[in-house]
Amino acid sequence: MATIVGAITTSHIPSIGKAIARNLQQDPYWKPFFDGYPRAQEWLKEVRPDVVVAFYNDHGLNYFLDALPTFGVGAAPEYRNADEGWGIPTLAPILGHQDLSWHVIEGLVDADFDVTTCQQMLVDHAVSLPFALLWPDAEAWPVRLVPITINTLQYPFPSPARCLGLGQAVGRAIESFDEDLRVVVFGTGGLSHQLDGTRAGHINKPFDLMCMEKLVDDPQALARYSALDLVREAGAQGFELVNWIAARGALTGAVSQVHSNYHIPISNTAAGLMVLENRPAAMARAA
Amino acid sequence: MAGYNEAFRDIPGTTVFDATQSRLGYHLNQFCMSLMKAENRAAFKADERAYLETFPMTPEQRQAVLDRDYNRMIALGGNIYFLAKIGATDGFSFQNLASKMTGMPEDEYKAMMVAGGRPIRGNRSKSDKDS
Repeated sequence: MATIVGAITTSHIPSIGKAIARNLQQDPYWKPFFDGYPRAQEWLKEVRPDVVVAFYNDHGLNYFLDALPTFGVGAAPEYRNADEGWGIPTLAPILGHQDLSWHVIEGLVDADFDVTTCQQMLVDHAVSLPFALLWPDAEAWPVRLVPITINTLQYPFPSPARCLGLGQAVGRAIESFDEDLRVVVFGTGGLSHQLDGTRAGHINKPFDLMCMEKLVDDPQALARYSALDLVREAGAQGFELVNWIAARGALTGAVSQVHSNYHIPISNTAAGLMVLENRPAAMARAA
Repeated sequence: MAGYNEAFRDIPGTTVFDATQSRLGYHLNQFCMSLMKAENRAAFKADERAYLETFPMTPEQRQAVLDRDYNRMIALGGNIYFLAKIGATDGFSFQNLASKMTGMPEDEYKAMMVAGGRPIRGNRSKSDKDS
């Protein structure tokens, strides 16, 4: 059976791609951010995942306003990154795991999450940057991918509670997959930031730190917020926190924090990183 | 529903991208999306007015693009994720766009971010300026 070994939640700010391309990891502006990642890279080497299931929001690379799913699941043989107009180098394609994708889709629809299925799908910086940050020296990606998108572009947004439920349903589906796979869940985006209007630059450190603490032991506390609450506290694009909430939802066992990092600012954003280990209930019982 | 902006009006300086904005800005945002292709960026740079004419946008939307008036583009239905592609085509960082929207010189905006970002006090909501 597939096992969920843990989750990594990380920001996905486009300028990170430029900093990597220019080797600015040791630059004083960037160092406090990049210094957070070696521990997460080591952890991935320790837990040796076969597949990443990534919750993120597409920013208009794969979807446009013509057809915009609230929740979408990739079921493609491979996922390509492409020019988003930011001048970030594109990444090598990531192989999919179609059997797991379809199993997750079936599990989600069974659980009344009527998702959109994407057999062709481009992945934007919300996937490519976490891969570049977490496997900086990879010649070939060491994992396959199941991408899951959450709409944070056009209202109505799904509620944080619904996103937690989505993550829980994904977690149950993964754990019922009849193949010995080690799975790591990603949640990308955030933390507090607002890119638009005269309130641009909004940052809320106390709120972010509270969210990072609650994410470990009490994600239900975060699921109680409304979209309005999250925009008020975390900024218009701080709503991307729902990707973290969904990723946490997929961890169904005993969860402990391995590592975290938090840094203000990267560009307009408070950057966060967490590594959470999941001890599946079945393993805990056997121990 | 009166639109999400009605519900969100207590949050200062914020326009949420709801049905009203999305319908208003469809073609403006489609123009922005076209800038993901290098050949379109080149065509836009070569003759901005002519390129904008190829999209069924309103004259006000075209003018806001020509003026690089991002707050006006947002008011006319632009979504920041798409609008940012105009700034990138111009060769500007996102912080440059943000400084334009906030009416701050770019170095001042950058300094505010390095110092921890826009303070939350007074910026969380209009009704409760002290929180």
